[in-house]
Amino acid sequence: MSKSMAFEEPVIKLREKIDELKDIASKAEVDMSDEIQTLETRLKQLENKIYANMEPWDRVQVARHPERPTTMDYIKEIFTDFVEFHGDRYFGDDEAIIGGIACFDGEPITIIGHQRGKTTKENIRRNFGMPHPEGYRKALRLMKQAEKFNRPILCFIDTKGAYPGKAAEERGQSEAIAKNLFEMAGLKVPVISIVIGEGGSGGALALGVANRIFMLENSTYSVISPEGAASILWKDASLAKQAAEAMKITAQDLKGMGIIDGIIPEISGGAHRNVIAQALAIKECLLEELTKLRLLSTTELIDDRYNKFRVIGEFVEL
Amino acid sequence: MMAIRNFISLNRKKSKGGVVIERKKEHEFPADLMTKCPECKKIYLTKELENNLKVCPNCDHHYKLTAWERVNYFLDKGTFESLDDHIKTSNPLNFPAYVEKVEVDVAKTGLNEAVLTGVGLLKGERVVVAIMDSHFRMGSMGSVVGEKITRAIEKATELQIPFIIFTASGGARMQEGVISLMQMAKTSVALKRHSDQGLLFISIMTHPTTGGVSASFASLGDINIAEPKALIGFAGRRVIEQTVREKLPDDFQTAEFLLAHGQLDAIFHRKDMKEKIATIVKLHRKGGVSNV
Repeated sequence: MSKSMAFEEPVIKLREKIDELKDIASKAEVDMSDEIQTLETRLKQLENKIYANMEPWDRVQVARHPERPTTMDYIKEIFTDFVEFHGDRYFGDDEAIIGGIACFDGEPITIIGHQRGKTTKENIRRNFGMPHPEGYRKALRLMKQAEKFNRPILCFIDTKGAYPGKAAEERGQSEAIAKNLFEMAGLKVPVISIVIGEGGSGGALALGVANRIFMLENSTYSVISPEGAASILWKDASLAKQAAEAMKITAQDLKGMGIIDGIIPEISGGAHRNVIAQALAIKECLLEELTKLRLLSTTELIDDRYNKFRVIGEFVEL
Repeated sequence: MMAIRNFISLNRKKSKGGVVIERKKEHEFPADLMTKCPECKKIYLTKELENNLKVCPNCDHHYKLTAWERVNYFLDKGTFESLDDHIKTSNPLNFPAYVEKVEVDVAKTGLNEAVLTGVGLLKGERVVVAIMDSHFRMGSMGSVVGEKITRAIEKATELQIPFIIFTASGGARMQEGVISLMQMAKTSVALKRHSDQGLLFISIMTHPTTGGVSASFASLGDINIAEPKALIGFAGRRVIEQTVREKLPDDFQTAEFLLAHGQLDAIFHRKDMKEKIATIVKLHRKGGVSNV
């Protein structure tokens, strides 16, 4: 565990103490196994307590953890024969979104996802997972390709948002996102979206007009970042922690509001602690949902997607 | 229309010399008798401005319009029937004082939310219109705005007629969180159905059209039009400046900037709007255009 988050400090400290004690015990050749046993039990209890009672802001930290698994990590674990396809055919190849085809459960599938970097160098190349219009246009191209060859589409959502930059505006960031919402509505194949990290606003939604939407337990999905919300609502970005609660951005909140279909449980402490196990949990969810969606006709799939978004909204009708 | 044109030119002549207000006498006028253009600073009679479709006779600055002013300028007189005025905003995230703030704008604008929708005639052609009003919570989109626009689109689909929207919005409504975000998807799936029936959608972007509204229905017109100088963009100028740390051109995110970058079909002056949109609608009439 190289990078710890503030809320899990007590766990980290205790674990370090235990390791220290083990080290001393082995060097001094004394039997400390009882004491170590006691401490390890306490560590388990502490872990359960802390990781089971995470505040929204704690989950934001987990969702942003630098070692949190990315789209590519999950692709490697869940699928075979992945072939990446590049470019939007108009302008360039935006590496903040990756996509391609692979094999899943003996069938072809199209996979598209936001892609953050793990290192600074990779993050610069991938623009920290914040796409330009060409990223969204590449995604749409691959979706239409999937539709032509009648294979389902899986989208991994993991972005702070669409990139706010001069070039992005010049090339039509708004139009690129809007077009994806519009075209995804009409796709004749099953579409599943899974939020694996941060689901930042329109930049996330542009891969999110799906038949089924799932979120990893510690992921977030929001109209604006907690920092942005705090600075707009209270003119103070340092109130992000409060905004994270007020804006209702956690998987639990979105499930409660009926916006997402389900929560994929995470490894205690966060997905980054065990990518393989986390990938397995995603795989199981995907298998189950895809089996159900494959039973629907083209019309049913489109109607299902329409009805899903048509009912979102809270108002009073007198 | 000719009558209005004559009126406009008449007014232009009148304003050539400008209007001089003597300081001492200022308080004797009703406060709203005169208006100072925020762009060119010229002062003229408010009546003169109103007769000119609220476009500065001197510098062509297009003032923001209320939704009802737009109805009066755009549709045939007395043909507009509004829809869904009864839907009211609730407070899904329990934001303090949210509904109260909305109520203030309800009283101020006479609208139930930041968009007015309805059916009317545009030079004899039946159309569904949605007109956003930036005087209402900056035209931001929450559940009611999303719902009213979606119902308007569905109405147009049901009646098999064109849908026309005038956008004016700062984007998604913060106080309704991710529900506001989802209105982008809701309106877009409805537009897809309308489009699949071969029906016409014209989006007219007015000042300002930004954020989630820009990144959904505003950009999805079969034909995308804007008013001159309207601010249109995805991200706010300040956010971009902070991100890229470079000076942005003065015309950045204006309608003219978008047109130059291939993002718009055309910019129409307000005085031509009705005429030109009506022509476009007629050229899409099902069953031929011989009697245009």
